[in-house]
Amino acid sequence: MKKTKILVVGNGMVGHKFIENMLNSPQAETFDIVTFAEEPRLAYDRVQLSSYFSGSTAADLMLTSEDYYRSNGVHYVLNEQVTEIQPENNCVITASGRKETYDKLVLATGSYPFVPPLPGREQPHCLVYRTIEDLEAITESAAQSKIGVVVGGGLLGLEAANALKNLGLDTHVVEFAPRLMAVQLDEGGGLVLRKKIEKLDVKVHTEKNTQEIVAGEKCRYRMNFADGSYLETDMILFSAGIRPRDELARNASLSVGERGGIVVNNFCQTSVANIYAIGECALWSGRIYGLVAPGYQMAKVAVSHITGGADQFVGADMSTKLKLLGVEVASIGDAHARTPGALSYVYQDGINEIYKRLVLSPDGKKLIGSVLVGDTEVYGNLLQICLNGMDVPEAPEQLIVPASDGQAASGLGVDALPETATICSCHDVSKGTICCAVRDGATTIGAIKSMTKAGTGCGGCVALATQVMNSELTKLGVEVNTDLCEHFPFTRQELFHLVRVEKIQTFDALIEKHGRGLGCDICKPTVASILASCWNGFIMKNELAPLQDTNDYFMANMQKNGTYSIVPRIAGGEITPDKLIVLGQVGKKYNLYTKITGGQRIDLFGAQLDDLPAIWQELVDAGFETGHAYGKSVRTVKSCVGSTWCRYGVLDSVGMAIAIEERYKGLRAPHKLKFAVSGCTRECAEAQSKDVGVIATETGWSLYVCGNGGMKPRHADLFATGLDDATLLKYIDRFLMFYVRTADRLQRTSVWMDNLEGGLKYLKNVVIDDKLGIGADLENDMQRVVDAYQCEWKSTIGDAEKLKRFRTFVNSEKRDNTVVFVEERNQIRPANEDELVRFVTSTELETA
Amino acid sequence: MNAAELREIWVDVCESHELLPELGARALVNGEQVAIYRVRDNLYAIDAIDPFSKAAVLSRGIVGDLKGQLVVASPIYKQHFNLQTGACLEDNTVSVKTYPVREVGGRIQIGM
Ligand code: SRM
Ligand SMILES: Cc1cc2nc3c(=O)[nH]c(=O)nc-3n(C[C@H](O)[C@H](O)[C@H](O)COP(=O)(O)OP(=O)(O)OC[C@H]3O[C@@H](n4cnc5c(N)ncnc54)[C@H](O)[C@@H]3O)c2cc1C
Ligand code: SF4
Ligand code: FES
Repeated sequence: MKKTKILVVGNGMVGHKFIENMLNSPQAETFDIVTFAEEPRLAYDRVQLSSYFSGSTAADLMLTSEDYYRSNGVHYVLNEQVTEIQPENNCVITASGRKETYDKLVLATGSYPFVPPLPGREQPHCLVYRTIEDLEAITESAAQSKIGVVVGGGLLGLEAANALKNLGLDTHVVEFAPRLMAVQLDEGGGLVLRKKIEKLDVKVHTEKNTQEIVAGEKCRYRMNFADGSYLETDMILFSAGIRPRDELARNASLSVGERGGIVVNNFCQTSVANIYAIGECALWSGRIYGLVAPGYQMAKVAVSHITGGADQFVGADMSTKLKLLGVEVASIGDAHARTPGALSYVYQDGINEIYKRLVLSPDGKKLIGSVLVGDTEVYGNLLQICLNGMDVPEAPEQLIVPASDGQAASGLGVDALPETATICSCHDVSKGTICCAVRDGATTIGAIKSMTKAGTGCGGCVALATQVMNSELTKLGVEVNTDLCEHFPFTRQELFHLVRVEKIQTFDALIEKHGRGLGCDICKPTVASILASCWNGFIMKNELAPLQDTNDYFMANMQKNGTYSIVPRIAGGEITPDKLIVLGQVGKKYNLYTKITGGQRIDLFGAQLDDLPAIWQELVDAGFETGHAYGKSVRTVKSCVGSTWCRYGVLDSVGMAIAIEERYKGLRAPHKLKFAVSGCTRECAEAQSKDVGVIATETGWSLYVCGNGGMKPRHADLFATGLDDATLLKYIDRFLMFYVRTADRLQRTSVWMDNLEGGLKYLKNVVIDDKLGIGADLENDMQRVVDAYQCEWKSTIGDAEKLKRFRTFVNSEKRDNTVVFVEERNQIRPANEDELVRFVTSTELETA
Repeated sequence: MNAAELREIWVDVCESHELLPELGARALVNGEQVAIYRVRDNLYAIDAIDPFSKAAVLSRGIVGDLKGQLVVASPIYKQHFNLQTGACLEDNTVSVKTYPVREVGGRIQIGM
């Protein structure tokens, strides 16, 4: 049977969604899919575009891969624009002159950023914000600019302003209307938003009508406004709305709207029956939808129609919840109360700059709209009440007024929602689907995300999805067991608090008071780490000794054959030739395998227990300290050579790396901690893959947090920019101590942050804005740890009693005969099992 | 009198005070590596060689209790061994040898 050929023009978010849905349909086999993409890559997540400025790469943003397309038999051509449709011939022509026929044509061409026709708009450094290439151009321009202006104070404009701010520019927003986000917000909301944004040092200019862009006096350009005023700037980012890309349809005489947009019916068909239009280029019932969720619905409808289904597109909800420049903003339904006779409730908190408005139907029973600025916690609930046509409570103001105990109003609760209620509109996930996932074993929001995709789009539904999950878990009688182990009915965090608050100093005291039994290899090291973080006592103290893993106990890393490796600290990776020689001599004398580690230091492997003290005596004499390679503690601060030598370096990255390593060495934590400092944005130290990453810029240090390599690599998030040395260390002090205090056992910083309610933003609140008022406390705690530091090895080799521990046998001077080495590449390595058998047999024969 | 005391050969390994509570020690007894522990004033001794890694590391594991059994956790791959029976909790086909152990006149002794 001949397959039906579907040609998709545009491989953006919606075009890709269409293809994905098509491939997932039961009839997938009966179709051939071809797609032309004008951009140099397949679909990526435009919604998360701004995260590019906080560390995401183009690869992170990809929604699919060429592999996926190839293995599913989808033909794709990148960098290929379709220039003409010939509906009468059922074919299209591309820019390179290629002609391609189709049975069904799907237009998913999206939209382009509207640039007002101002004289001077076509100069360099006048940019738009839509594609990855745009982002690259913005980054490049920002590097040569000090001041940046965003034209347009709508949703995208504010996001663009955020980007400029992140790039370190003095940022301005110029808006034609009298307020920000005029489409989504009412006057009250717009005002509060403006105040909040101005506090962040973004200058807002409303009611400014730009007339022309001319050469500036102080800056590159000057923007002249209709009212005679002007603004000087080095770069301009236009974000003055979008226009549907309907030129192909228009030239092929398909019907288009008066103000643009390809007219479609409820099945997403255009005026030519075998041509569909979906996403931002489509005009349905006189409306263009500039959001991704309605586009996804259209994709679904078009697939359904092509495969013989009956789905219809009947409009979409335009409610949005966003974080703009860290300010929470949400708008639901009829935000402007345009419905005749609509009633409103407004809650305004001038001190905390919170604005909330409820718009009710004329009978006061139904919620038809809402505006929330500064606090959007109730968004999920309100949206559900609105979308599901539920009755509001007797006193509707309850929905937005904070409860008297300071907790946010809880609204109606997720239990009241019908199973069909859409929780995640980005991925069209219903309450029922989430509950199902819980019944199938999901108990964390991470599992919900991977099983249902809910929360992986704009992220706006995560709080609500979590509530649904928790409520379902409770219903199933599942109590998520967060106990550390059978000996302690507490989490690590809870134990940490108990230890601190009750000033508990020993494991025995803790288990007697709050636990049961003897303890195990889970709780003992955990408690040892807590005691060390809190009081930073000497880890070789007798009471602590039985709690430690062998690595901590012998202060070396056990290898597969029971020998140990030795990693002296080489702060910042800087080492003198003399010290290098010592390492070489020690390695040679004790016959150790030596290797440069991935952490810019040198590891000596294969030491027998009873050699450790002598080896360390030599190392300590030469000025080395322990590198804590064995502990859940600060490992390395990787550095690049920085401004001292490198022609591009802007600050002394080695100096800072050493300062950081010296400060935090010895800190015990829930998991290991890795740092790096780069001397410029070329990032040779790979700081963005570390728990704490520091990158030098012209305006000071940029701080990144919560990255890691390892099993599940994660890019660090940009945390703060333009820091001087003191502020940098202050933030790191607070960040680390807060992590030490609140993270779970073996939770690295990334996982910890992902599980913190409020995530990165909350962390910034705590560390930068000191929202909890514990900043000084955290710094003091850190100072105490810093002051109590001692090199564990140095203290140990001075203590004859402790050195006894390093005997191989309590009753013999003999060495461990299970340790057998063979030679490879001129160094030792542990014998493998085969070699071991052969070796043992031959020595036995010899002695026999 | 229990079975252990019926043994003929008791090998003296160290002073009592050298065996610290919940910290294993290793002794070489007739060419065999033995891990010895003191837990709540009782003594236990098992083969020091971890059957999973073949390394002589069991004296260096963390001692504790799991589901009512006294255990030591191997520091290499973290399996648990019952100090009284030598049985591996994770794999019932694997166990380590146990040795009689006693304290006499301030000395620790292993029965062979
Ligand atoms: C020696 C070294 C490999 C090398 O030869 O280069 C190494 C060796 C070990 N790594 Fe590593 N890692 C080494 C650099 C790294 C790096 C690279 C880096 O630090 O830049 C990574 C990825 C970066 C990261 O951690 O974010 C790395 C990710 C891991 C992981 C996975 C962590 C994760 O979050 O997924 C583990 C497992 C763990 O910690 O639970 C691990 C665990 C280990 C252990 C401790 C495994 C073990 O228990 O035996 C290894 C023993 C070290 C020893 O015996 O001395 N090692 N390990 C490196 C020592 C660096 C140092 O100077 O301290
Ligand atoms: C910075 C930013 C932030 C956003 N934030 C949000 C948000 O928080 N929530 C939300 O819902 N929405 C948001 N959006 C909007 C969302 O990205 C769009 O609604 C969505 O991308 C629309 O998908 P689409 O496939 O219709 O268009 P697009 O994703 O733009 O894809 C269209 C593709 O077609 C290609 N194309 C066009 N013409 C041709 C041709 N002739 N031949 C070949 N290829 C062609 C284009 O190059 C493009 O790759 C944001 C947009 C931006 C730019
Ligand atoms: S990061 Fe920059 S300063 Fe550092 S070595 Fe690389 S190029 Fe030089
Ligand atoms: S609503 Fe956007 S991710 Fe769920």
